[in-house]
Order: sequence, then structure tokens, then C-alpha cells
Amino acid sequence: MSAPGLAELLERAEALYLDYRLGAVKEWKQRTGGLAIGYMPIYAPRELLHAQGVLPVGLMGGRDDLEIIKGDAYYQSYICHIPRSTIELGLNGSLDALDGMLFPAICDVIRNLSGIWQMQFPDKLSHYLDLPQDFDPEMGGKFYRQDLEHLSELLVQRGARPLTAEALAHSIELYNAERREVQALYELRRLQPWKVPTHELYLVLRAALVLPVEESTAMFRQYHEAVAADQARKPVDQARVVLTGSFCEQPPLGLIKTLERAGCSIVDDDFVQVHRFIRSDIPASDDPLGALVNAFLTDGMASPTRYVDRGRKGDELVQRTKACGAEGLLFCAPSFCDPALLDQPMLVRAVEAEGVPWTAFKYSENSGQFQVIREQAGTFADSIKLWSNA
Amino acid sequence: MSRPDAAVAAASEASKDSSQVRQKEMIARHFDRLAKSKETGEKSAYTFVPGNLSELLLSFDVLPVLPEINALQSAMRGRSAEYISVAEKLGHSEDVCTYVKSDIGMLKSGNVGPTGQRLPDPDLLLLSYTGCFTFMKWFELLQQEYSAPVSMLHVPYQADGKITDAMRTYVVDQLKRKVIPTLEQVTGRAYDEDRLKECLALSAKAEDDLVAVLKSARNRPSPIDSYFGAVYYVGPIFSSFRGTQEAVDYYKALREEIDERVAKKQGPVTPEGEMGAERFRIVVEGPPNWTSFRQFWKMFSDEGAVCVASTYAKVGGMYDLGFRHDPSRPLESLAEYCLGCYTNLSLPTRIDLIVKYLQEYEADGFLINSVKSCNSFSAGQLHILREVEARSGRPGGFIESDLVDPRYFSAANIKNRLESYFQMLQQKSPSSVGLAAAR
Amino acid sequence: MRYAVGIDLGSTTTKAVVLGEDARPLGRGITNSRSNYEVACAVALAEALIDTRFSLVSRELEASGLPAAARAELLLELERQFRAEQYRSQLRELDRVVTRHSRRLLTRPASLSVVLERILARMAEEVDSLYAPGARRKSDFFRDLAGSRYLALAEDEARSSGVGFDLLAGLFDKAILEVENSAAASGRFEDHGRAAVDRMEKPDPLLQAAVDRAAATELCQIGSVGTGYGRQKLPFPEAQIRSEILCHGLGAHALFPGTRTVLDIGGQDTKAIQVDQHGIVTSFQMNDRCAAGCGRYLGYIADEMSLGLHELGPLASCSTRPVRINSTCTVFAGAELRERLSLGEKREDILAGLHRAIILRAMSLLARSGGVRDQFTFTGGVAKNNAAVSALKSLLRENYGELQVNISEDSIYTGALGASLFALRDAEGRAA
Repeated sequence: MSAPGLAELLERAEALYLDYRLGAVKEWKQRTGGLAIGYMPIYAPRELLHAQGVLPVGLMGGRDDLEIIKGDAYYQSYICHIPRSTIELGLNGSLDALDGMLFPAICDVIRNLSGIWQMQFPDKLSHYLDLPQDFDPEMGGKFYRQDLEHLSELLVQRGARPLTAEALAHSIELYNAERREVQALYELRRLQPWKVPTHELYLVLRAALVLPVEESTAMFRQYHEAVAADQARKPVDQARVVLTGSFCEQPPLGLIKTLERAGCSIVDDDFVQVHRFIRSDIPASDDPLGALVNAFLTDGMASPTRYVDRGRKGDELVQRTKACGAEGLLFCAPSFCDPALLDQPMLVRAVEAEGVPWTAFKYSENSGQFQVIREQAGTFADSIKLWSNA
Repeated sequence: MSRPDAAVAAASEASKDSSQVRQKEMIARHFDRLAKSKETGEKSAYTFVPGNLSELLLSFDVLPVLPEINALQSAMRGRSAEYISVAEKLGHSEDVCTYVKSDIGMLKSGNVGPTGQRLPDPDLLLLSYTGCFTFMKWFELLQQEYSAPVSMLHVPYQADGKITDAMRTYVVDQLKRKVIPTLEQVTGRAYDEDRLKECLALSAKAEDDLVAVLKSARNRPSPIDSYFGAVYYVGPIFSSFRGTQEAVDYYKALREEIDERVAKKQGPVTPEGEMGAERFRIVVEGPPNWTSFRQFWKMFSDEGAVCVASTYAKVGGMYDLGFRHDPSRPLESLAEYCLGCYTNLSLPTRIDLIVKYLQEYEADGFLINSVKSCNSFSAGQLHILREVEARSGRPGGFIESDLVDPRYFSAANIKNRLESYFQMLQQKSPSSVGLAAAR
Repeated sequence: MRYAVGIDLGSTTTKAVVLGEDARPLGRGITNSRSNYEVACAVALAEALIDTRFSLVSRELEASGLPAAARAELLLELERQFRAEQYRSQLRELDRVVTRHSRRLLTRPASLSVVLERILARMAEEVDSLYAPGARRKSDFFRDLAGSRYLALAEDEARSSGVGFDLLAGLFDKAILEVENSAAASGRFEDHGRAAVDRMEKPDPLLQAAVDRAAATELCQIGSVGTGYGRQKLPFPEAQIRSEILCHGLGAHALFPGTRTVLDIGGQDTKAIQVDQHGIVTSFQMNDRCAAGCGRYLGYIADEMSLGLHELGPLASCSTRPVRINSTCTVFAGAELRERLSLGEKREDILAGLHRAIILRAMSLLARSGGVRDQFTFTGGVAKNNAAVSALKSLLRENYGELQVNISEDSIYTGALGASLFALRDAEGRAA
């Protein structure tokens, strides 16, 4: 028997994940009268929005069940899938509950989407979040801080309350709490992956994107308690793998299930990275905005969308792989994802030097068939086990 | 599949005007210096065209090496397919930018440049990150190959269609605190602002003449092709020669050459010789295809289509909109230059620009060449197509190819679309110059 | 009589439309596109001229005051007899060529010539029943009709006589190329028309006279325009070549003058075209490099399911729960299909999903070209597929509201019709 409340929790998470029309966001707006602002992968300063009474809503594209009717008219076949589903959702009214959108500077496709958005939805706030690629507080930091102050001003113009240090400090605490919960779940999965199947964790991560931080933190905690207490979940003998490359366009749930069924136990991943992009607590400070900026500069993940010199990304991936005791690495990137695919040879070189087995495949958020991936991942998992048993 | 006449044309020597011959000599000298740099002790920096800091490098006597130019040259010499396959064998995805793969493949194949001479290893990797995320990834990859120091210049994006003080300050700060100190360290010389100012003054002179050349396309017939032909005209200023007296002389001579063509009411010179009557005036968005550059151009010139303005000729700076390097504000003006390159403009700004070109150059329509490699250009081009059509009332055409991967240039397909497009233009306005000239 | 002709050289079939000086279509012809485009054009034109003479016969009969029903009956009978005659003539040619090829074989079974004789004699005997009144034929092409009979008979013979089936089939493959490329074998209206009348038990004297007059009419070509994907290879001077986009736009306008948006889904490409009130193209989009979502995709699916292309639509229409298919990649079509089937999905539900997926691709192309305006005309081979049509209609309604959707029985000739109109205009322009 599974732990009490777990099934209900997962059911709710799935409902939130499946609800393109953002019912939870509408309900929140009705309740609070606040603004809701969407953001694209992979990082957004949610603390700042929250401090101004704004609900940050994570948009990670569509899923395999979204029929693309208008979105394909915007993008050629050699461009990844996420911008077309995002446009589709915008045009079919699914995102009407949002008062604006943030487009973080992660690649040229999302960058240009910000321009299309400005023109298609002129009444809504549309802000390109030009995340700095210089990480010196006096240069990139100064620039980023000005951008955030500008964003804050734009929110006020739309009716949000002005940003105060107290409110921001409080919001940072709340998001620190959420980060700790998420990290604790990842830690539990690292130690006892059978307790935290990734297809469940993924659902909870996706569901949290549309909830206010207080609720998402509680949901992570409840899920953690429920699965930790669930005695029905017994260890299984699967290959421990790290999955990397899926930081922007998210894989369909079916792909994650396919990997698990093929014998892969995912012990670290890049999914829905916004929850973990800042790796540790943002310290309390008299200047909370400075602290928020500084966290981005110094404590952000070594994502492929971030400039990291001297091949340190490879080192970091090797470290991550070792830290979670993984036996292999899955490069699982969306088709036509420039940042992920351009990084891949560099990362492969680093993990190969350490003798970590790896395999690579591509997907798109609407992939409907996984036969090839199932066979590839299955063979990979089998070979890892053979190798480790030898 | 190439038709026999195309094969014959390819084998024959291309027609060149005297400015082109001059340019060829300039480039040859540059690569010669690069090849001998280890003996002469000259330093070199690898850097990119958009947002390049030519004058600053020049003031330190550092020679630029431009990987995208090498990639396109490799394509024009028919080597890119082989280089791309080398890179793909090393694990680079078929999905990503072929400039990067061609460059990596060239590097792995001995790093022999367009003149057949070996390129020096860099003394500095100067990552001018303007208008394209892939540049950043490219340098992360190059860092694995070379031990040279890296200087990263992050140029923010003009998302709201303007340059703010914050953006300018951010770039200037990076120049002062990162780029210049690194150059000082690499060359062992102190930053010489007077020297920089001299170079900037020379740049502005050459830029004046370049703009006059580009604007000459407002004439009927246009004396230049502002897409295919402009590739040659912008060459020196986009690459290694901005800020030199050589460039000033080149552009002065070029301008005279073009003025003469205007006076004689001559059309553009194409590789197949003087073009016939001007039938269609076209604005083009998107980079050219380099593997079949000449064949591609011929598909236009055979139909009497002249490109009177192009956005590609602005990737190295928007001089025609008034920007000039300014010796009185050296670092600020370099910052504004970087911020202002075409690929750093927002989509709405790009649409405004194309509409403006259609009017200013009295074009019959516009064509988008959508290249698979370049998301900075391509993502959103279908939106540009519809918006520009709606706002200008002039028909747009859409073709797809790639920068330097010959696998993505389907000549029959592209010719089919271009022909359909030109026939549509002709049918739509039977009173246009086009038809009148054809009869 | 003076006529203009338009020829559309497509990837699967070549079509010709003959137009009178009054801009009314007189005749149409269609044939398989083959490696020899010149022959394909010649055969299509010959067919269209035969059809033209049928039109002339019809006009003669009309002029003679015969009631419409009687006229239709006479024409139907004439055509049936004519096609049978034509088939006989092609069969004789096939006999001759197969025999010639069989003699050239270095080693051949002793009984080969007897076997071939038997097969071809049987085929000749079958002509009457093949063309019996009311009989249904699977195709109008000699290659298909004769091929299916020859191969069936060859299979029987191979079993009983010991002559290898592959040998017999190989001989047919060689011979059919020559036969279908021979204009002489398909014959002239003059010959088959008169023979057809002679075969009738009591030929109507009016018909007899009309056929004689139609046969004697001199047809004089005043203009020709070629189009289609293979137009670069057409045996026409360059000035007489127009893009298929323009021809489709004008052709659709001629079929349905209210047309503003045209969708054409052919074998290898899909086109979305916007036209103005004169049929002049104002914008267009074609599918990108990849042929996903074109007619050819349905061909692969049919092969994979061992069905005929024409059986796909009706089967898909039986679906009650269409499966969602996201990929219309031709390369993966087979794998996707097998996986779906192995998951226990029903064939009709998968097919319904596939049809919808194809139409979705077309919808995005339409949106790229500027959307859909009333009236909407759907052309190309896929327009004959009822499942595709109903998927299209429902998506059009959902996204663009109610509008008139035109589909012509003769939509396959749209490009050739547009070309013929250009040919006529060019001829008039020259005359002016």
C-alpha cells in the first residue's frame, strides 16, 4: 500500500501539469487580485516578483498532447519545438490569465520569441531578461541589477506593489525554503532512487511552476514525507544514471517512464531547472536585491546557456556524476537545441576522460514514440550492469 | 543537380571589378602577415565579425582572425563539406551551426586558411558576444583547443529597440576592466588611446564611403547588388581592415568606381559579367548560402533581379542608419557599434528596417533566405515575412538553405521557388519596369 | 480548329489540357510521368487531343438536336468501344515487343514462347469482358490494367508450366516501357473512333457522322505552356514555361472563380496559394525540404499496410477514436505504424490520426501563406481522399469559421488548366 495522501497528491500534481489553461493561476488571481507573470526556462528571479505580490508562473512549452495548429506557421522545421507550442498556447487563449511574460536570455530562439511576443500581445508586459554573461559584480552584476530594477518598475506600472527590501528579504527566505525542499528530494532520490521515481518527481516539479511558493514548498515537503514513509517502495536493481541536456524544452512524461522501464534509475537530471538553478540559500542581507543578483552571478548552475570558461562545465558534470554515484550518463537533449548540442562534445570529452559510460539521444516535447530510445537506454542499462557486476 | 550551363559557368573565370581585385590583394597581404606572425612576433586574436573591436586590436597591433569568415571561405572553396564531416565525426550534432563545425573541422585538418597558408594559433581569444549565442559556445569549444587567454565581451541585446545608458556602460566597463587589460597583458604594451582615436577617425572616413556605395542602389538601374555584391563591398570594413588607411583608400576607390557606374547608368557586375536589364528590385533578409554562392546569385541575375538592400550587409554595423565610429568618444562609440549590429536588433526593429528599405529603395518585393544554421537570423523569420507583407503591401518570398553545409542547398528546389516568386512579381505588376524592360 | 494546350509535368503523372479559342476546355489527357519527359508530354497531349475529338463529337450531337440523355448514352458507348479498341491495339504491340524480347534471351525454356502466346491470347480474349458495359476498371493506364492481368496469368503459368515467374515478369517490365512510350500503340482517334463505331451492332447514323466529322477536323495548335515540378525538363522554349504556383492559382480560379485560397497536396509537395479576384497569385508557400505530409507519405502508409492508396480514406473514415500522431516524417512512418499496431491501436484509428496529421501540416503552410479566405479550393491527389477532406473541413471550420470549400472532380488538372489559359493568353498577346 502506498502512503496516505500520496495518490491524491500525485493526482493533483498531474492535474496541474495537464492544465494548459492555468486554472490554478486564474484561481489565485481571483483570490488575491495580484498579477501573474509567466517566465520561460531556465531561470527567473521569482523572489523579486513574489516580493511585489506577483505570481511567477513557469512555462515550459507544451506536451505531446498539444496539437500545433498555428505555432508551426511561425517556425521552420529546423527550429526546436518549445517556441511553437508557446505561441500556440498564447494564441489559443491558454495564457490569457497571464499579465506578462519574461524571456530569459538563454538562446537565440527564446530571444527572438520575445520580439514576436511583443508584437502579438502588445497589451501584455513582455520583458527580455538579459541575464549577464559577465559575472563580475561591478560589471555584469551592476547591469543585471539595473535590469531587475527596471523590471520591478514595469511591474509597478502594471499595478504591482513597489519593491521593498523587507518584502524581498522575506520572499528570498520563502524561496530558500523551497530550494531546500527540492534539494532534499533530490538527495533522497540519490540515496534511495526507488523511493522517488523520476516520473513522479518530474510531475511535482512541473506542478510547482504554477503554484505560489508557499504552496509549492508544502507540496514538495508532503511528497517527500509520503514517499520516505512508503514501505511498499522497495529497492530495485537498476542502472544509476545522470540525465543531462533537458534544461529548456522538457521531455514528454512518456520518455521519462520509458527510460525507467528500460532499467535506468535517474539519480540527477536537468529537468525544470528553475527550482534548483541557484544552488544554495541566498544569504540574508541588508541589500536583498544585491544578494539576489549575487546569487545569480556566483551560485548559478553551470548550464549550457551560461558562459563558463576553460571547460569547467565538463568538470562540473563529472563531479555531479560522481557525487550521486551514477554509473552512466544520458545525454538527452531536445532536437535543434543549440546550447545543449554544442556543449555535448565538450562534455563527452570530459566524461570519457573519467571513463564514465554514456549514450546520447534527442527528443522533442511532442515525441510520441520511444521505441528506439527504449532499446538504446535498455541496452545501455544492461551493459552498465554487466560491466559493474564483472 | 547542376545543369550543364551552370557547370560551364562555374569552370569559367568570374568577372571582377577593379575594387574586387584590390580587395583580394589586401586579404592576401593580411593572411601573409598572419602566416609569418610567429617569425615576426606579431600577435593574433581570434574574434567575430559582429561587434568586432578592430580599431582596439589595431591600436595594440594585434592581427584579427575571424572564424566565420574562414568558414564561409572554406565553403566558397568547396572544403566545408569535408570539414563539417570531420566535426560531426568528433560528435558535433547535425542540428547545430555549420559555421562552428566547418571551423572546428578546419582546425582539426591543419588550420589552413583561405589563402592556403596555415593560420597561427591565437595569442588571444577575444569573444565579442554580439547578437548570437552560438558565438559563446564556439569560444567555449575553441578554449579546449588553445591555451591562449580569453577575454569575453558580453554585449546586451536591444530587446526594446534602443540602446540604454546601462547597456553602454556595461560594455564600456567590460572594455576598460577586462578587454583592455587582457590586451595589455598579451602584447606587453600599454593602452594608447590616442592611437585608438586615430584608427576610429579612419574608420569613420571609410564608413562614409561605404554608406554612399550602399545608397547608390537607390538609382535605377542600381549600379550594385546589395546582397551578393555587397558581400565584397562590406568585406574590408567587416573584417580586418576597419580603422586602417588601406580601408579608407579602398572605399574611396570603390565609391568612385560606383559613381562612374551610376553616371553611365550601368547595372551591377556579376560573376557572369555585366547584368542584363534590371527587371526586379528586391530586398533580401538573411545570410547568403556560401557553398553555391555563384549559382545562387545567378538564379537572381538570370531573372534580372537586383538586390537593392539587404540586412546581411549590416551584420557588421548599421552604418547606413547613421552610426559612425567617433574618435571623441572612443570606448563609448565602440560600445554603441557592438550594440547596434543587425543581429543584435529586436524582431520588431528588424521588421521596421525591412519595411523602410522596401520604401527607400523602391523595391518590388522582399525575399527571405532562411538558413538552417543560424537561429539568430532564422527564428522568427516567418513572422517577419507576414508582418512585412502586411505593412508594406509588397510580396515576400521564402527560401531555405544553409550557410556552409552543401547538403542543405537544393538547387532545383530553390530555383523553383525563386522562379515562382519572380513570375508572381511580374504577373502582379505588369506595368512594372520589369515587364517593360523584358519586352 | 485552333487550340492552346497546357501541360503539367508532375512527379507521378503528366497532365494536358486542351483549350478552345473561347477559353473553354475541350480535352484532357493524363499519363504516368516517366523518365522520358518528352514522351510523357507527347502521350498526355495525344490523349488530350483524343478527348478533344470526343468533345467535338459531343458538340456535333448536340447541334443535331439529340436529347441530352440519348447523347450521353451514345458517347458512353463510343468511349467504351474506343477504349477497348485502344487497349487491343496496345495489347498487340505488347505481344510483339514481349515476343521480340523473349527471342533475344540467351537461354530460354523450351516452352517459353508457348506460354507467352497463351498469356497474351488469354488477355486478348478478356478485352470484351474488361470493357463490358458497366465493368469497373482499377485504372485507366494500360500499364496498370495489362500489368495486373499479365502478372496474374503469368503466376498461374509459372505454377503449371515450370517457366519461372521472374522471367515472365521481367519480360513484361521490359516490354511495357516501350509500349507505353509508343504513341503509335495508343493510336489515333481516326482509327479507333471509326473501329469503335463499326463494332456497334446498330451504330446510330448521327453518331457515325459526328465521329467522321470530328476525325476529319484539323486541330491546329496556337500556343502551349508547360508547368509542374519537371518543367525545367519540358520540351518547351523557356518563354513557354510557367511556375506551377501561377498555373495552380489561375487554374483554381478558372474552376471556381470565387477562389481566394488554394491548397494543393500532391505527391511530393504541398502548396498554399493566395489569389486575387483575377486568379493572380499574391503570395504562396511550399513545404520545406522535407516531404513529410505530402501524398507520398500516404503512399508509404498504404504500402506498409498492404492497402491500395484509394482504400486509405474510406478505412480512416470508419474511425471512432482517432489516434494522435505528431510526426509526419516519411522515414519513420513505417516504424511508427508498427509500434502503434503493436500497442493494439486499430488500423482505422491510426489512419484517421495520420490523415489529420497531414492536414495539420497543410494548415501551418496555409497560415504561413497568409491564412485562409473564402472561397477555399482544395486540389491535388489528396483532395480525392475523403478522410483528408473531412479532416481539412473540420480544421478550417475551427480556425477560420464557415467558408465555402471547393473540390473539383477534375482537380488533378488544375495546373494544366492554368497553363493552358496562359498559353491562350500568350497566343492572343502575340496576335494582338
